[in-house]
Amino acid sequence: MNRPFRIRIGRPLAWACLILAIVISLFPLYWMLRTAITPGRELAGDNAGLLPRHPTLLNFERVLGLTTREEARAAGGSGADLDFFRYLRNSILYTGLVTAVQTLLCAMAGYAFARLRFPGRDLLFGVFVAALMVPPIFTLLPNFVLVKELGWLDTVAGLVAPSLLMTPFAVFFLRQFFLGVPRDVEQAALIDGAGKGLIFWRVVLPMSRGPLLTLALTTAVWTWNDYLWPLLVAPGEETRVLTAALGIFLKQSPNTAPDWTGLMAGSVLSIIPVLLLVVFFGRRLVDSIQFSGMKG
Amino acid sequence: MLLRQGEPAAPPVAGPAHRLKAGTRGDGRLAAAFLAPALIGFGLFYLYPALRGAWYSMTDWNLLSRPRFVGLDNYARLLHDPLFWNALKVTGGYVVLNLGIQLVAGLGLAALLHRLTRSLVLRSLLVVPWLVPNVTTGLLWMWLLDADLGFLNHLLTGAGLPAQGFLTSPDLALPSVAVITSWSGTGYTALLLYAGMLLVPRHVYEAAALDGSGEIRTFFRVTLPLMRPILAFVLVVSLIDSFQLFDAVAVTTKGGPVNATRVIYHYIYEQAFTHFKMGYASALALSLVLVLGVLTFVQMRLLRASTSDLA
Repeated sequence: MNRPFRIRIGRPLAWACLILAIVISLFPLYWMLRTAITPGRELAGDNAGLLPRHPTLLNFERVLGLTTREEARAAGGSGADLDFFRYLRNSILYTGLVTAVQTLLCAMAGYAFARLRFPGRDLLFGVFVAALMVPPIFTLLPNFVLVKELGWLDTVAGLVAPSLLMTPFAVFFLRQFFLGVPRDVEQAALIDGAGKGLIFWRVVLPMSRGPLLTLALTTAVWTWNDYLWPLLVAPGEETRVLTAALGIFLKQSPNTAPDWTGLMAGSVLSIIPVLLLVVFFGRRLVDSIQFSGMKG
Repeated sequence: MLLRQGEPAAPPVAGPAHRLKAGTRGDGRLAAAFLAPALIGFGLFYLYPALRGAWYSMTDWNLLSRPRFVGLDNYARLLHDPLFWNALKVTGGYVVLNLGIQLVAGLGLAALLHRLTRSLVLRSLLVVPWLVPNVTTGLLWMWLLDADLGFLNHLLTGAGLPAQGFLTSPDLALPSVAVITSWSGTGYTALLLYAGMLLVPRHVYEAAALDGSGEIRTFFRVTLPLMRPILAFVLVVSLIDSFQLFDAVAVTTKGGPVNATRVIYHYIYEQAFTHFKMGYASALALSLVLVLGVLTFVQMRLLRASTSDLA
């Protein structure tokens, strides 16, 4: 009989596999940090140990624009101007603005579709749902043209325009949630003489903090990670966000010997908010993913 | 007594209960106020561009001069464009690789989580790569896979194997890109599948164990078949997602070497913003809409065909 034996070896082996998966998930991020604290001039001879021989914060200082151009070049930079403080600020602004406004406006729209009565409601909602199926690239090209015609290239307006007021997904998500809210709560308030608008603000919104936060988290992650749109419409120094900045940084870096230590320092900056999100909202993030798994 | 948020939730109201009832007063003005911003956003940045895109697809336009109407020329050209067919082939290859890796690894991970632990910390750690911006993921793996100094080649040479140009070899580039995106997506896929496994009732496993079924046998004979609906869901969602690969390619290989990673999204982007062929790019984009439409249709059929065996 080999069954008892299999159990004894099976469990440790299973744990080993799980730990290996965690290591594969996290080690590359450790390597990012490890490279970012390696002096640029030493990387070629110091690219293997778990810690660099002479750890330094110089790479962070130079991508944040805290060093002079000469110092940056001496540290292995290409001499291009970098100001990741500004890109970080732009990313926070872009993400914060889109997340806050979009979540609120889509909650209003979702509520209207779920609870208010007006002619053509289901047809209109059908059109919104149809837009869910359209791949973003199809609207991206004409939207770029539109933003260009409006003179909004390299402005915050151009950056946020397509996503500020709504996304079909957000409206769809919140409508589904509002449909499931028990009606008696609203009925009671209606009998008390409150209008439906007031009920939305005073009763429904406060009740919906959970789903609103889930949606806001999703929108924030999505907006923070957005690459192609900011790169196309707002590549200018003033409005450049982190993701676009990393892409442009790579392009400016010599092809044959990219400025890896600087690039990894910039990369580390781009994932700090992500790690904060996991620390503060880990449970909600995991729950929201698993929730879509259960719905499937 | 306006605020009663502590109230326990009653079961959700079924669909038809909120239908427009004849004779009841509508909420037209409030609805207009609540919907106005969303409608403006939808009209300006979804509907209008969609119509414009359809029009551009029938023009010859370089973004500078005026668009010139050419009818269906762009579509005729597309059918004879070897690079378009190449892009479809490359995209298909990527989809197969990416889905293959993510489904197998994701299922394995989900099963391990399910049998070993309920730890939230472990699950959070597994989704960290999914939260990393795509550009950052691309840069990081470009560095890890670097032909000279990359960590992976350090491991290979340490084991006495020759170093590889993972992203510069025409044979290895596409699989490498699939590995990169799998690194970022597998934890997420695993969590979706794990949630599906939690739905399988405990007594099913108890019965299997009583029958003397071992771990592996139970997984293949009990768990997997009962997970069919969630598997179908994950499959089609990642399928449609994979068709739209762009960021990782744009950062790491830019479609090369020699079009080996020129996926359809990148080909459209290149036609529009490198060659300024707005009309042709729009025709390509509209064709992608059609391809995805067909896939979505198949998805619906597949999802309906796979209603749960647990019901």
